[in-house]
Amino acid sequence: MRIERATELEDLARGAAFLGSGGGGDPYYSLLLAEAALTRRGGFNLVSLADVADDALLAPCGWIGAPTVSVEKLPNGNEAVAGLRRLEEIMGRPIDAVLPIEIGGGNGLAPLIAAAELGIPVVDCDGMGRAFPESQMAIFNIRGLSACPSVLTAADGSLNVIETGDNLTHERIARALAVSLGGIAHMVEYPLTGAEAKAHAVPGSVSAAIAVGRAIREARAAGRDPFDALALALEATGLYPHCLPLFEGKIVDLERETRGGFSVGRVIIDGFGGSGRMEIEFQNENLVARRGEAVLAMVPDIITIMDRDTADTITTERLKYGQRVKVVAAAAPAILRDPVALSFVGPRAFGMAFDFTPMEKLNVTARA
Amino acid sequence: MRIGVDVGGTNTDAVLIEGRRVVASTKRPTSPDVSAGVASAITDVLAEAGVSAEAVQAVMIGTTHFTNALVERDRLDRVGIIRLASPSGEALPPLTGWPEALARQLEGGIFLLPGGYEVDGREISALDESRLRDAAQDCRARGIDSIAVSCAFAPINVAMEERAAAIISEEHPGASISLSHSVGRLGLIERENGTILNAALATLARHVVASLEEALAALGVAAPLYISQNDGTLISAAEAARYPVLTIGSGPTNSMRGAAFLTGVENGIVMDVGGTTCDIGVLANGFPRESSIAVDIGGVRTNFRMPDILAIGLGGGTRIHLSGESDLVIGPDSVGFRITQDSYVFGGATLTTSDVAVAAGKADFGNASLAPTLSPSLRERIFERIRAMLADGIDRMKTAPGDATIIAVGGGHFLIDDDLKGAAQVVRPEHAAVANAVGAAIAQIGAQAERIVDYDIEPRQAALETMRETLLARVIAAGATKESVEIVDMDEVFLSYLPGRSAQLRMKAVGSLAETARPVDGAVAEARHAH
Repeated sequence: MRIERATELEDLARGAAFLGSGGGGDPYYSLLLAEAALTRRGGFNLVSLADVADDALLAPCGWIGAPTVSVEKLPNGNEAVAGLRRLEEIMGRPIDAVLPIEIGGGNGLAPLIAAAELGIPVVDCDGMGRAFPESQMAIFNIRGLSACPSVLTAADGSLNVIETGDNLTHERIARALAVSLGGIAHMVEYPLTGAEAKAHAVPGSVSAAIAVGRAIREARAAGRDPFDALALALEATGLYPHCLPLFEGKIVDLERETRGGFSVGRVIIDGFGGSGRMEIEFQNENLVARRGEAVLAMVPDIITIMDRDTADTITTERLKYGQRVKVVAAAAPAILRDPVALSFVGPRAFGMAFDFTPMEKLNVTARA
Repeated sequence: MRIGVDVGGTNTDAVLIEGRRVVASTKRPTSPDVSAGVASAITDVLAEAGVSAEAVQAVMIGTTHFTNALVERDRLDRVGIIRLASPSGEALPPLTGWPEALARQLEGGIFLLPGGYEVDGREISALDESRLRDAAQDCRARGIDSIAVSCAFAPINVAMEERAAAIISEEHPGASISLSHSVGRLGLIERENGTILNAALATLARHVVASLEEALAALGVAAPLYISQNDGTLISAAEAARYPVLTIGSGPTNSMRGAAFLTGVENGIVMDVGGTTCDIGVLANGFPRESSIAVDIGGVRTNFRMPDILAIGLGGGTRIHLSGESDLVIGPDSVGFRITQDSYVFGGATLTTSDVAVAAGKADFGNASLAPTLSPSLRERIFERIRAMLADGIDRMKTAPGDATIIAVGGGHFLIDDDLKGAAQVVRPEHAAVANAVGAAIAQIGAQAERIVDYDIEPRQAALETMRETLLARVIAAGATKESVEIVDMDEVFLSYLPGRSAQLRMKAVGSLAETARPVDGAVAEARHAH
């Protein structure tokens, strides 16, 4: 598939924002960069995982840092290429294609720009199927691949190669480097072969994001309900088999505090017309949604807060008192829901004292 | 006594207000030079009330003039655009994402220069004064007199932008300089966009404000002149001349706040029916509900605080297209300001919603005998359609199930029926037709602050208290009464990927303008950050 039109990029940005589960950053600046690259290069090649050679060298990439910094300290434009070139030197061979480390938020678009500069394709897959706060939550770590060699680059031209024995240490070092470089940096990590990507990556997530974004756009244009269109489009991907609006209301409280280097907090949404109250806990990404005592969705399922009129995703950093929102949940890709994956990305991995229950089971009556 | 004026594209409305009472009101056609229309509207209300010009304590003007200039791409300056952030940000140069025609028209040179701050206050790179001097001289040599300066993280440290302004002034003394920290919040692209738009309006704004001041002086009105901002608060005329972009959303804001004032309704839906559109907004606790997503102005993305408005193509001048009895189309075109010539009730031959309303006895102006004869069934179908358009608008804007209180204002408010679907009641205040001039007259003084705080270094309570005190003092200094000032919005966003407890803290305070308030020098300087 070739992405040649700005509309397709906007669809991708819109869909990726939804899949970010509140995280991954606002995709607008990534969209502007991708549009500029589109103008320069004429298009992006998106290849399906099945079409990638088993011995191909693939490089997942994306930005690590604070979204609030990323909207003020913008990229220089050389970060991705410099990192990928260094990885090629280290590996002693050219990189054949790139992929987003996470499809959620602005990072879903990040590899497009790198791909355009290097003249290589983007593979239609990613390492998270959504967005997660930490690098070691990637499916590649869950499946035992190494994050290293990894290359971290910043706008000032600095470049750091990270070699560690384990992926948790890699995350800690990368986080500290990003902070010391001003709070935002580009990272190439988990270099892998085509065969490894076929075995482990979340397949089809880039085209799924495009389909979701397109569905919302077309519904708006036709005056149809964009939330219905979103649900149908997600379910049609096969990757996200269930999608359900959980709640609708106005943000009446927002408590955010930093604990252990993360933004931990909750947002309280009062339902319209006395229809109850929803509380969503987040650690960068939205983790659990409760209505009263009942849990209606939990990580790794996707919980996204959207503008109730436009179906624009409101990322965690942009939540605001008084916003009128709709909370939408979607089932995570199946590979994030197996017992091993859940030990890395399930509720207990985030310190919660309960096991994972799929959102479609928690909302049986609502669906009937 | 205060005078509130709304300068719209079609009409210039004025009201004279004493305390909470509307003493006099008028509606005049907007003049091409703005000031003549304002002068005659003010003359009207003073004459009607039998009040002398000296009795006026303040004049507040809301205008869509600058918005229209941007939308029509008319009377705009070319802008020298300087960004202090390199090497960061070079991938996204200024004007990225702009409509091509507007970018081409405004661009008077782009200079990506070293400078800017990191989130922790370090410099991204040092300001290169000699390159900045070169840029200023280059603009001067090419006759570019409007300059926009943006700097990474300027909202947390204004020093570099202010140093840059001083240097530019030395090299290009005649230049008018717009600084990003005075125009917007965090989000470099949106803030820079607003700064460039502001710079493009520099000459027009100086001209408009000066001619308004001259008009007031000619009438013997010595009272201070204030201009309405996007969020319903005021800035001094001098501020508006420097930062016109802060006023571009004031039209709908004023009509909504005026509607709240005239009715006492704090929560409801305001429908302001003008000549071309019906602007629908939501009042929440007496304030217009703001848009939760980015606001486009003339196709340019900004992050101004603006009311969330749904405009539907239905106004008093909206045309009704008929071909036979069966084919009925309402709008979206309107005769606009030509309504007093083109519509049937004014002797014209174009069927408008006003003609049908006059014929049905819902409105009383023009000459009802000139209205075309429509069959009762057709007339009913037209009103049915109008009701459906309005009800759909209500449905799209309301956030609670159940019916809402509707406040009908604007010159075309007669199009809104009392039994409108979705309306618990339709409130139609006295002076409904000039609600936006009333909104301008009762506007409030406001100020907003934003900074990133590390609560490990500065305890959260202390940081909140400092910001609160500073803001309240700033609002009082800008002319608000002490009793009326309050914090109306507060939010904090932790910088989640950073260590420690760093948060972006934001607060807004407002207060009512003191009856005797005059802009003092200190207040003006501080009010520059009031948005």
